[in-house]
Amino acid sequence: MSQQTLYDKIWDSHTVEILPTGQTQLFIGLHLVHEVTSPQAFDMMREQGLKIAFPERTFATADHIVPTDMRSRPFLDDQAEEMMQAIEQNAREFAIDFYGLDSDRQGIVHVIGPQLGLTQPGMTIACGDSHTSTHGAFGSLAFGIGTTQVRDVLATQTLALDRLKVRRIEVNGQLGRGVYAKDVILAIIRKLGVSGGKGFAYEYAGPVIEGLGMDGRMTVCNMSIEGGALCGYINPDQTTFDYMKGRPFVPTGAAFDRAETYWRSMASDTNAVFDDVVRMEGASIEPTVAWGINPGQSVGISERLPLPEESGDPDTTRKAYQHTGFEPGAPILGLPIDVAFVGSCTNSRLSDLRAAAEVVKGRHVDPRVRALAVPGSVQVKIDAEREGLDRIFEEAGFEWREAGCSMCLAINPDQLKGREVCASSSNRNFIGRQGSPTGRTMLMSPAMVAAAALNGKIVDVRNL
Amino acid sequence: MSSETHINKISGTALPLRGNDIDTDRIVPARFLKEVTFSRMGEYPFFDERFGSDGKPKPHPFNDSRYQGASVLLVNNNFGCGSSREHAPQALNRFGLQAIVGESFAAIFQGNCLAIGLPAVTIAPEEMARLQDMVEEDPSVPFTVDLDAMVVRLPDRTIPCQMPDATRKALLEGNWDTTTMLAKNLPQVRQVASRLPYVGNFRG
Ligand code: SF4
Repeated sequence: MSQQTLYDKIWDSHTVEILPTGQTQLFIGLHLVHEVTSPQAFDMMREQGLKIAFPERTFATADHIVPTDMRSRPFLDDQAEEMMQAIEQNAREFAIDFYGLDSDRQGIVHVIGPQLGLTQPGMTIACGDSHTSTHGAFGSLAFGIGTTQVRDVLATQTLALDRLKVRRIEVNGQLGRGVYAKDVILAIIRKLGVSGGKGFAYEYAGPVIEGLGMDGRMTVCNMSIEGGALCGYINPDQTTFDYMKGRPFVPTGAAFDRAETYWRSMASDTNAVFDDVVRMEGASIEPTVAWGINPGQSVGISERLPLPEESGDPDTTRKAYQHTGFEPGAPILGLPIDVAFVGSCTNSRLSDLRAAAEVVKGRHVDPRVRALAVPGSVQVKIDAEREGLDRIFEEAGFEWREAGCSMCLAINPDQLKGREVCASSSNRNFIGRQGSPTGRTMLMSPAMVAAAALNGKIVDVRNL
Repeated sequence: MSSETHINKISGTALPLRGNDIDTDRIVPARFLKEVTFSRMGEYPFFDERFGSDGKPKPHPFNDSRYQGASVLLVNNNFGCGSSREHAPQALNRFGLQAIVGESFAAIFQGNCLAIGLPAVTIAPEEMARLQDMVEEDPSVPFTVDLDAMVVRLPDRTIPCQMPDATRKALLEGNWDTTTMLAKNLPQVRQVASRLPYVGNFRG
C-alpha cells in the first residue's frame, strides 16, 4: 500500500517537468491575484507580449488598499486610486474575472477563495501574497509568491519550485474553554520558531486540528508562513466536504460525488512517512499573546514576558523590548492597549466575528480604546449582519467596517498612530506593520482582542 | 537584466547589517507598496529605520557613508521573513547591492532574489560574526562572491558558501528568467492539466 503524504500526491500529480536547473515545474490549479503585487507582473506581460495561459483559472480582487469606511471612487489617496485602476484595467485587458468594489464577491483574497469554492482539496494554488498558505486548510498545496513569479503563473500556469520536506504537527487531546485556533498556531510557532519551518511544508493533524471547523483550520494554515514554512495543510475530511457543498465554483450532483472521491484520494495515507513529527498537547495551550516584534515572541496569558537572557534569542528579545518599551519579566496580563482590531485573513470570518461579538455583547469598549471590526469579505459582512453581529459590535462601541485588509497591513486609511498599542487578530507584529513606525502590535485571538477592547488592557477572556 | 545574463562573480565592498529575523516590512515599509512600478524602490530600503518622522537621516548602516557603494550585503539569520513582497529584494538590488551573504534566508525571499537575479548565499554563523566585525572595522575590504567555486573570497582567506543547487545553476547558466524556461513546456503543461479532474470541473 502506498505511504504517501498529501504533499507527495499533489506534487507528483502536478509535476510537468524537471527543469534544467533541477527544480520542478509544477502546474498551478488556481491563481489568485490582488492589486498590490500584480501591476508590475502585468507590465512585464505586456512588455514581453505574453498572454495568460489559463485565464479561466485566474481570479482577481482588491483588498489591501481598499478603504473600509468610505469606498466611493475616486479614493482620496491618489496612489491607491492609481493602483485600483491598474487592476481594473489589467483584468479587462487580460480578460480575467475581477471582483471589485461593486461585487458581492469582493474581499480579502484568502477569504473569498474558499468562500466561493475556488479553493478546493487536491489542488495547487498560488497568489502573490505570503498568506496563501491559508488555502492549505482544504488539503491543497498553496504557495505565496513574489511578483516575478506572478508573471510566471500568468504566462505559464506553472512555477519553478524545490520540493519541500514534510513535518507533521500533531495536536492531541482537546482545547480548553476560551482557547482557539489562533492560540494553537501561536503556540506552534512559539515552540518551533519563526524560522523553524524553513524547508518544510507543515501537515497539521491530530484530534485538536480535526475538531476545528474550516474557519479555524484556515487560521492555523494562514500562519504557517509565520513559522517559516512556505505552506501548511490539513488533510480534507467530512468537515471539508460539507463546507464545499453548494459553493458557487463547486460542482453539483454526480460531479460533486466524483470530486469528493478525488479529494479523499489525495489525503495522506494512514501509514505515510514524514520527514519529521512534532507532538503537542491541546490542553496545555492557553490563550496566547504575541507581544514582541515577531509572531514567535509570545506567552500564555498566565505567564510573564521573558527575560532576554532566558529567551532563545537574547538579541532579538532585547530589540523587541527596545521597540515595545515593555518591561522584561512583567506579566502579560494588564498591559494597556489603545486600539483593538478584529479582522485580517487570519481572523475575519464569520466564526471569528461571532466569537468576538459574544464577548462584547451587552458590554462596552473602554472609552480610551479605538475598536474596529472588519469583516474579511462582502459575503462575511452580509452573513454577520443577518445575525445582527453588526449591531452587537456597534452597541459595544466598535466601528463596523467594509471588507478589506484594513489595519493588518495599513496601506489603506486604517493605521496606528504614533506609539499606539494594538490588540490585533492579525498575523504579524513586525515593527511598523500597522502603519506607524513606532506603533506596537500584540497578536491574539478575536475573543482576546474583544476582551482587551472592553478592559483597555490585556485580560484573560476566560475570566469574563 | 536580460534572461541570458550569466551571474557568476560579484565583487565589491560590503555593507554589514546585523539582526536576526529581519522581515520584509522592515526592508520596505508597506506604504511604498502602493507604487505600481518598482522604479523607485532603491530609495526605500529600511526607510523607517533610516529616517525619522521629520525626514532627517538617522544612524543606520544604509546611511553610513563608509559603506557607500557597497555591492555585498552581510546579514544574519532568517533574513527576509514575512511578507512575499518582491519589493524587498528589488529595493536592495536597486539600492546597489548585487549579492547577499547571510546565515539563512526566508523561503519566499530567497525565491524572489533568484527571480531578479540577485544571488543570496549562506555561510556559517561564526564566519558571519567575523565578517561583520571585520567590515565594521575596515569597510574597504574587497569581497568577491564566487558562484563557480561557491566561496566568498577575501584578500586573506576564502570562506565556503552555500546556495540551493538549482538556484546556483540557474544563475550560472543564465536560466533565472523562469518565465522563458517554463514557457518552453507549455504543451506538457496542457497535458498535465488535462489529466487533473478538477481542471475539467469533474465532468466525468
Ligand atoms: S489581511 Fe493582512 S496578511 Fe492577509 S492578505 Fe491582507 S494584508 Fe496580507
